[in-house]
Amino acid sequence: MNYAVLTKSALISILRNKLRSFLTTLGVIIGVLSVILLTSIGNGLTVFVEEQFENLGSNLLIISPGEIVSEEGGFNPDAAALSLTTSKLSEKDVDNLKRAGYPLSAVAPVIEGSIDIRTEQGKRKGYSLATTPDYSVLRNTKAVSGRFFSDSDVTGNRKVAVIGNKIKEKLFAGVDPVGASLTINRVRFEVIGVAEKKSSGSFGGPDIDSTVYIPISTARSALSQDKVSYILVQAADKTSIERGKERIKEIMSKRLQEEDFSVTDQSEILKTIQTILSTLTVGLAGIAAISLVVGGIGIMNIMLVAVSERTREIGLRKALGATPNNILVQFLIEAVVLSTLGGIIGIILGILGATAITAFFPATPALNSILLAFGVSFTTGVIFGVFPARKAASLSPIEALRYE
Amino acid sequence: MSNKPTKKTPVLSLKNITKDYVMGDETLHILKNISLNIYAGELVSIVGPSGSGKSTLLHIMGLLDRQTSGELFLAGEDATSLTEDKAAKLRNRYIGFIFQQFNLLNRTSALENVLLPTLYNDTPDEEERVKAVKLLTDLGLGERIHNKPNQLSGGQQQRVAIARALINDPKIIFADEPTGNLDQKNGHEVLSIIKDLHKQGRTIVIVTHDMELASVAKRRIRILDGQIVEDKQL
Repeated sequence: MNYAVLTKSALISILRNKLRSFLTTLGVIIGVLSVILLTSIGNGLTVFVEEQFENLGSNLLIISPGEIVSEEGGFNPDAAALSLTTSKLSEKDVDNLKRAGYPLSAVAPVIEGSIDIRTEQGKRKGYSLATTPDYSVLRNTKAVSGRFFSDSDVTGNRKVAVIGNKIKEKLFAGVDPVGASLTINRVRFEVIGVAEKKSSGSFGGPDIDSTVYIPISTARSALSQDKVSYILVQAADKTSIERGKERIKEIMSKRLQEEDFSVTDQSEILKTIQTILSTLTVGLAGIAAISLVVGGIGIMNIMLVAVSERTREIGLRKALGATPNNILVQFLIEAVVLSTLGGIIGIILGILGATAITAFFPATPALNSILLAFGVSFTTGVIFGVFPARKAASLSPIEALRYE
Repeated sequence: MSNKPTKKTPVLSLKNITKDYVMGDETLHILKNISLNIYAGELVSIVGPSGSGKSTLLHIMGLLDRQTSGELFLAGEDATSLTEDKAAKLRNRYIGFIFQQFNLLNRTSALENVLLPTLYNDTPDEEERVKAVKLLTDLGLGERIHNKPNQLSGGQQQRVAIARALINDPKIIFADEPTGNLDQKNGHEVLSIIKDLHKQGRTIVIVTHDMELASVAKRRIRILDGQIVEDKQL
């Protein structure tokens, strides 16, 4: 039996009915297209989140109050609100950590709070982040105009604020905010800088660009915020993260019970998010795979039509010496050629589509999902081609030749 | 009288062949105890009214259908009980079919149609191609080997089908009403081709109810109600 000839005759019979073949493969095309698009989006999100984490600063360790917030690590506003009421972290811990030296290189306590911000242009709900100047190093937060607050601002309990980009856009439209004033919960602050824009802010978590940064001492004295939400610690380098963690636990245990704090590093949080995202990606791909199955059923349907349409041809081929197996292979090849053609078209459209949506959404087509989609479309052809092909193979030659 | 039939081994031998169809409670005896031998080089016609069982007999002789009982030998091989695969192989190697409806594949060139049986054996492609072109040329279709069936007249289509029946050098050719779908002129043309093939020493069995067609045969077998009522050399 000559497979090249059979494949060629399969192609001929597919091209014979161009419109029908196209409609048949449409199911597979859509299936493969959606598998590729959805996994691309999943991958794109993962890459995006990783980049965001890079932006947040490196070798970061987070000490959060209690155990329940360990996974959120203080990024979650709910956890932050909770930690404000239950936190046992204090300025003493910060001092202890600062004295520890290597492998801990910088320490910044953070008090988070929800605030009302008011300027001449209006008012707005916002988010205050009270900390020390080290924070700007740890979190890689720079002032693009003006300056970040200094140690003397902290020791002097000065009412100065560094505002996020969005606050500047909304409440200082058209004016230079540096030197202007705003009120936080009716307390007047002087704006001394605008923080660098951090992200598009469209995916989860509090909006970094809506934050007002103030000295931690001022938050205590002027806004009566006193519970430390979390403490950021920077390890000296990547290799000392684990040792840093141990050292922190040692220091913190002097004053607090084990259940009163937890230490997380960024890679753990990242890992958790990656797990969530990859589960999401698989889930999305699974949903898309359902349309591949539907596509396969479409192929089976059309192949069954083709078998009954070509009953005479099958009878003739059998009379001329085709074995049932020859007929089976012929129809199977046709089904597989149809489905893989659909797969190839779907892959091309998927890559084009993923490239097109990167303008609006992070999407990265992954080679393995492309190969998977191709493999699945091939397998779909085989699985859904078997039934019609077996039907063709089992036709009796005389019945088939008599068939009108 | 006939073309010196070698009385040694027949090409095709049927012994006490019967064929029954069960329809509900009733059993129809389509063929009753048919025995006959067909020798190399013979041109035989099988005639009978419709419903006489001649088509069923043709199908059994052509290994397209199985007898209910009786023995069958083809080219010296016992073909009494065959697997479907084995039957397909024997059909491919030993049997050529010419049908009333021509049964050419549409949208497939004359040449490809002639080559169709060779898809299912192992002879080298190039050799077969040369042979197919020669067969078509000999049948007067040398200019039309790349034409599709719908670009050919009925007579030309049947000639393509004849070339297809010859491509594997069969031991026996079955022609089922080969002129039934042709006008008189084309019918005569096909008749004379069959005569030529006979002269070349081919073994041919024609099944027909057309007496003119049957008259070209050197031996006539008449079937009635599933039985041979006449088998004579002409």
